[in-house]
Amino acid sequence: MGNYFSGIFGPSPISPLQAHMAKVQSCIEELIPFFEAVIKGDFDSATASHQAISTLEKEADKLKKELRIRLPSGLFLPFSRSDLLNVLTMQDSIANKAKDISGTVVGRQIKLPDPIDSSFVQFVSRSVDASAQAQTAINELDELVETGFRGGEVKLVEKMLTELDRIESDTDHIEAEIRMALFQIEKDLNPVEVIFLYRIIDNTGELADLAQRVGSRLQLMLAR
Amino acid sequence: MENAYIILILVTTFGFFMAWGIGANDVANAMGTSVGSKALTIKQAVIVAGIFEFTGAYLAGGEVTSTIRKGIVDPHLLGNSPDLLIYGMLAALLAAGIWLLIASRLGWPVSTTHSIVGAIIGFAAVGIGMDAVKWGKVVDIVLSWVITPMLAGTLSFLIFRSIQKLILNTDRPFNNAQRYSPIYTFLAGFVIALVTLFKGLKHIGLQTSTGENYFIALLVGVMIMLLGYYFVRRIKIDKEADRDFHFANVEKVFGVLMVITASAMAFAHGSNDVANAVGPVAAVVGVVQSGGAVIQESVMPPWVLILGGVGIILGLATYGHRVIATIGSRITELTPSRGFAANLAAASTVVLASGFGLPISTTQTLVGAVLGVGFARGIAALNVNVIRSIFLSWVVTLPAGAVLAIVFFFIFKGIGFVSIS
Repeated sequence: MGNYFSGIFGPSPISPLQAHMAKVQSCIEELIPFFEAVIKGDFDSATASHQAISTLEKEADKLKKELRIRLPSGLFLPFSRSDLLNVLTMQDSIANKAKDISGTVVGRQIKLPDPIDSSFVQFVSRSVDASAQAQTAINELDELVETGFRGGEVKLVEKMLTELDRIESDTDHIEAEIRMALFQIEKDLNPVEVIFLYRIIDNTGELADLAQRVGSRLQLMLAR
Repeated sequence: MENAYIILILVTTFGFFMAWGIGANDVANAMGTSVGSKALTIKQAVIVAGIFEFTGAYLAGGEVTSTIRKGIVDPHLLGNSPDLLIYGMLAALLAAGIWLLIASRLGWPVSTTHSIVGAIIGFAAVGIGMDAVKWGKVVDIVLSWVITPMLAGTLSFLIFRSIQKLILNTDRPFNNAQRYSPIYTFLAGFVIALVTLFKGLKHIGLQTSTGENYFIALLVGVMIMLLGYYFVRRIKIDKEADRDFHFANVEKVFGVLMVITASAMAFAHGSNDVANAVGPVAAVVGVVQSGGAVIQESVMPPWVLILGGVGIILGLATYGHRVIATIGSRITELTPSRGFAANLAAASTVVLASGFGLPISTTQTLVGAVLGVGFARGIAALNVNVIRSIFLSWVVTLPAGAVLAIVFFFIFKGIGFVSIS
């Protein structure tokens, strides 16, 4: 005889979502050694780092697809299914963006000009902080289910998200400084290179924006 | 009455096999969570379940058994033909047993209760006549199948909300879990003892007044509270365990509470589901004992309940431990705090229904209780399609049990092995 009681429990989407975010995080963290190598002019290490980013992005993509398959409609979740899928999409776009950035730099063999290179590493590492903070909040999801999305745990996560906003605004400031510094020297540089430098700055700035959007989608999950 | 022994042996064998099936399969729902969360080993779970299933069946199983025995079929219409009742009850047991076997082979979520009730209605309505069925009582029973999961769901929702308020959403959940757990364990012991006492324990020679009932229930509640308190106090906080998941230690406290409510659930399950196996046995034994009189004034012999209880234990010991192990490994989503809330709500509801003599589906009640926790946003994912099919299974099971019982009824009647002299 078979027993059907256990059938009422569906697969929990939470740990797969956290695993995906962990993969995204290790992908974007690789941007720091990548830019250090670029600044040093060590093109071989930069290419190796780009390869690693690309591989991690592919793995994250795979995890994303697996989670989507695990989430058929007909599951009764403590949050809306579309909010969860939005969080997943946002997480994944962080890894995509990281790959775009390193791909552009490697593909065009871009060198960062002197006045901006040191603040650029700071810019990247603060962006990585933003996504790390988003990961910290995502890692609270099992505690949120445990408490039924109420009380102190919700406040804790909201505090984490406020901190995430603060980090994001840090990156905005750094970005503005870098743009200013580049503006000062842009007439001495090759115009095509300048266009791509601005594009890289834009894309790097978007990393923290995306991390912040992961947070705001998470906030939607909290409030039902 | 000729062939009396053959009839008795036949019906007790069928009934015993049915009880075995209940023990093998359904007990796991109550104990699975405790094993899954490692609060109990499988061996401990089998022992605890065995004790409480048996006491539930023996002490509190009489009311529902009597409903199955004479609450659905009107014995007054059978005054001249007691053989029909014997054929019918044998057919009902066989039909329910076979239907359960088929359904579980196909993986369909059907309930023992729905099968046996459908089978009894079937043979009575078609084999004897539409008037033979007490339709009023049948309506009550069917209504209770809708109401009990809803009641259990509401209760578990409220219990879980109270856990959130008092324990989980506070600054010191571990300390509060230790502090407030006695209230819950007291409630579990008190409610179950009270309902059992009010139902009456005359068959074990215990006659109590209302005042005494409250006093004894209070005493049982306090005893269970102290027992729970002792085990809860022994839990030491383990900082390392909280690093990954901040509520690991709190859940350990709930592990103790869950074992207590799982025992309550086993008791409640025994009290309600034993009737599915021994209700028909009691009916047949009644006719045979009175030498062919259908209208039975005689009290049901207690050994019938014991037979059911032993059958359940045997099913549990021979096969049930495997089902408990599988369930335990599959329902890890039901952590101790949730398992506790669901079991407490379901056990209270089932014991209450048993007190009213209503044969309900204990599994559906438990599913309703789990859903209640889900509505409080306490479970990561529930499978709506499976839940829907569980709740709707009786729509198929009633006619299936009925048709099979009608077929067996006419076969038995055709053979005609019962003759009244």
